[in-house]
Amino acid sequence: MTTTDIETVVQADAPAKRAGALRRLLRRPLGVMALFILASLIVLGLLEPVLNTHPPTFSSLQHVNAPPGTPGWPFGGDQYGRDIWARVLSSINVSLISALIGAGVGLMVGVGFGLIAGYVGKRTDAVSSWVFNLLMTFPSLVLIIILFPVTGGTFQSTMVIFGFFLAPGIFRLVRNLVVGVRNELYVDAARVSGLSNRRILTRHVLYVVRGPIIISAAFLASAAIGVQAGLAFLGFGAAQVSFGAMTSDAFVNIYSQPVQLVWAAGFLALLNGSLVLLGNAYRDALAAPQATVKRRPRRLLGEAVIKPAVSDTPSSKPAADATSGLLTVRNLWVKYPQPHGSEKAVVRGVSLDVAPGEIVGLVGESGSGKTQTAFSVLGLLPKEASVSADALAVAGESLLDKHAGAMRRLRGSAIAYIPQEPMANLDPSFTIGSQLVEGLSAGMSRREAKDTVLQLLARVGITDPVRTFKSYPHQISGGMAQRVLIAGAVAGRPKLLIADEPTTALDVTIQAEILDLLRDLQGEYGMGVLLVTHNFGVVADLCDRVLVMRSGEMVESGNVRSIFHQPQHPYTRELIASILDEETVRTDPAPGSARTHEEAL
Amino acid sequence: MIIFLLRRIGAGLVLIFVVTAFTFFLTYGANIPVARNLLGNSANAEQIATLNAQLGLDKPIFEQYFRWLTSTLHGDLGTSYFTNQPVAEALAARLPVTLSVVVVASIITILVSCALGVASAARGGIIDSILQGISTIAFVFPGIVLGILLVFIFAIQLQWVPAIGYVPFAESPSAWFLSIIMPAVVLCIGGIAAMAAQVRGSLIDELGREYVRTLRSRGTSERSILLKHALRNAAGPALTTFSLQFIGMFGAALFIEKIFALPGYGTYAFNATIQGDLPAMLGVSLFGVGLVVVVNLLVDIAAGWLNPKARTS
Repeated sequence: MTTTDIETVVQADAPAKRAGALRRLLRRPLGVMALFILASLIVLGLLEPVLNTHPPTFSSLQHVNAPPGTPGWPFGGDQYGRDIWARVLSSINVSLISALIGAGVGLMVGVGFGLIAGYVGKRTDAVSSWVFNLLMTFPSLVLIIILFPVTGGTFQSTMVIFGFFLAPGIFRLVRNLVVGVRNELYVDAARVSGLSNRRILTRHVLYVVRGPIIISAAFLASAAIGVQAGLAFLGFGAAQVSFGAMTSDAFVNIYSQPVQLVWAAGFLALLNGSLVLLGNAYRDALAAPQATVKRRPRRLLGEAVIKPAVSDTPSSKPAADATSGLLTVRNLWVKYPQPHGSEKAVVRGVSLDVAPGEIVGLVGESGSGKTQTAFSVLGLLPKEASVSADALAVAGESLLDKHAGAMRRLRGSAIAYIPQEPMANLDPSFTIGSQLVEGLSAGMSRREAKDTVLQLLARVGITDPVRTFKSYPHQISGGMAQRVLIAGAVAGRPKLLIADEPTTALDVTIQAEILDLLRDLQGEYGMGVLLVTHNFGVVADLCDRVLVMRSGEMVESGNVRSIFHQPQHPYTRELIASILDEETVRTDPAPGSARTHEEAL
Repeated sequence: MIIFLLRRIGAGLVLIFVVTAFTFFLTYGANIPVARNLLGNSANAEQIATLNAQLGLDKPIFEQYFRWLTSTLHGDLGTSYFTNQPVAEALAARLPVTLSVVVVASIITILVSCALGVASAARGGIIDSILQGISTIAFVFPGIVLGILLVFIFAIQLQWVPAIGYVPFAESPSAWFLSIIMPAVVLCIGGIAAMAAQVRGSLIDELGREYVRTLRSRGTSERSILLKHALRNAAGPALTTFSLQFIGMFGAALFIEKIFALPGYGTYAFNATIQGDLPAMLGVSLFGVGLVVVVNLLVDIAAGWLNPKARTS
């Protein structure tokens, strides 16, 4: 997704979210239930003076361990004969106040500094990030316990301190959100259009961080309640009626009167549970527009299986004219589900052929569907893509309905792939050698595999194969990394090589070398190559034939010479005309950014 | 790597210094009536003044701090006002109890959360729901409630484990294990929820990266992609989460020790604080922050070892 996309999405979704999140929350049974329980507990707390029959500390000898249901002692009495019902009411208030103070301080400190650090950036950001990271590593509970005599022992002051320890999490959340928003185009746009800094903050940033803040507020509140109860359970502030003190009293009685534990533990769980479920429900409500997509089985491993075309996709050409070619694609469609349930087709009825030993260029601008077409052939489209075709065959073997295992074997041998961005396509945690050996180890011993890899590295023009074998990806240059990836691709002696913009990310001087290497290897192995590129210069240099794609459709195809001399489609003419610009200024975005993301999804 | 580690050690020492100074000035400056607490209400002003002088509490606070700092640097943390036991010795005796619980809880946390995180990233669906369930339980039931619940079920009703007490490992490893397994389970619930979510998230990030697609294009098996490549790269962020979880568990252990009547660091901290036993309180603070620093350092080393960029530079 490009930045402009995010801009439109955020702006388009913003009013909908603003109006809908709360309403959607109220439509979720869990959300309503949590809200109801929380509201009831708050009301119970507020009505304490009306509802309780005795003061929470009043003890009556006759009611020591009185069973629940005793008249006037609805929940019974504890071991000192105190009214458990009155103590529950009083404890609700203590817990709620703890939640308010703890979460309140945590939010104020965290959000305040997070906004400042994220928006101002630079030194302010560095200093506050450092301080909050330090605060995060503090053993907070130990300190709170140690400082108990200092805080005077009231739960309110303890919660103020605890609030500070809650702040780092919020700080990081808000800071990262703000930095993310700040880097978006729309804040820049707002700045250009003359809005003051403060208005940018309030308008855009605060709006984006609002959802996550509300969600974390619920979790902070429950954390504060838990810690307050824990401290009271330990005996800090034992004089104060609270769930912790009640639990502690009841715990002493656990053998004889286990039922006394139910009240404190139950209400504590209700209170925390309603907060947490409310937080969860609100998060789900915020995410609701995407929910339809998430509904699909979300297996992340594996890829989309290519389905035979079904009748509702219009066939642009008569189906499967049996070709003896290396790659045959007929009427290929690739669609992605959209948030609102519809599907968007990014490849629309594309047909193409690659003959053995032929280099075919697949040309088009970003978003034309050329990469999606290439990945369909590799069977490497993400799971959520729905791929269908009348025919899709490599070396006579149909890929339609092929299961993952068979597809994998085919990728290891018949089809290979060279990516665009060499550095991003090597696993940073493993040596070059081990990554390449892994792809080979199927049919040979480790030693053989290693020798093969070393020979391959030498073949692709790496001067010190042994050293490169032992190197990690960050220790080699981009050009070397691309040579390594080419070695990895040709290691299995593929019949078909799919190269996705193999030179785009490289320096101009290295581009030519890599193209030469590709041409040599193609001749040596007799591979068919499908070369995906947006650059007609590369096409002219390397390809026999060229296919031009635009908006998911094939607009023109033919051999390179005729297309260069007599482009039929105006779009092709535009692309050819842009070669000149390409030579001087590279127009594609920076490595790893927008283009790859957009085309990959 | 060496320079990086030295810097981290330096930062850790600064943290120890800052936290102990902070606690020193707050606690010694809080005018806790130590002598009154020790001598009882019957003591007269003269006796109290004498004791204060003996304890050095009549000196200016900076002088007291300087004395504490120098003796601490010589390994002497002072003597408890109430038990006359050297603080360092008392803490050294109690730390194994707390560490047993926390370390076992950490091991369970790492194993279970990695397994859950991997399964959830690979399969989603039901394991996602289990994860959600654990995390909700961890938030809904504060540690004390969960602890008591487990004591009630497993110690009192089923009698599988002893309800209270601690057996040293050297005495009987099996009894040791039974005495700490319940507290460890209580401690790790929250950690598992948070860390499994982190493992899952990082794995999903890694599985979306380009190198994974390239590995697939070479026919690498899904198993190797998930368990070897993606997991290895996801381990760094998970470790960071773990170090925070460890600090959380260490804090929560203080509560849990009371439920299971474990004679650990938490009980000592509690008694010291309630009594206003200043040297003991400072010792608790020093040990607490020191442990955090050591764990963070270990995590840094592990993260550096996992990351070739840090290891080779």
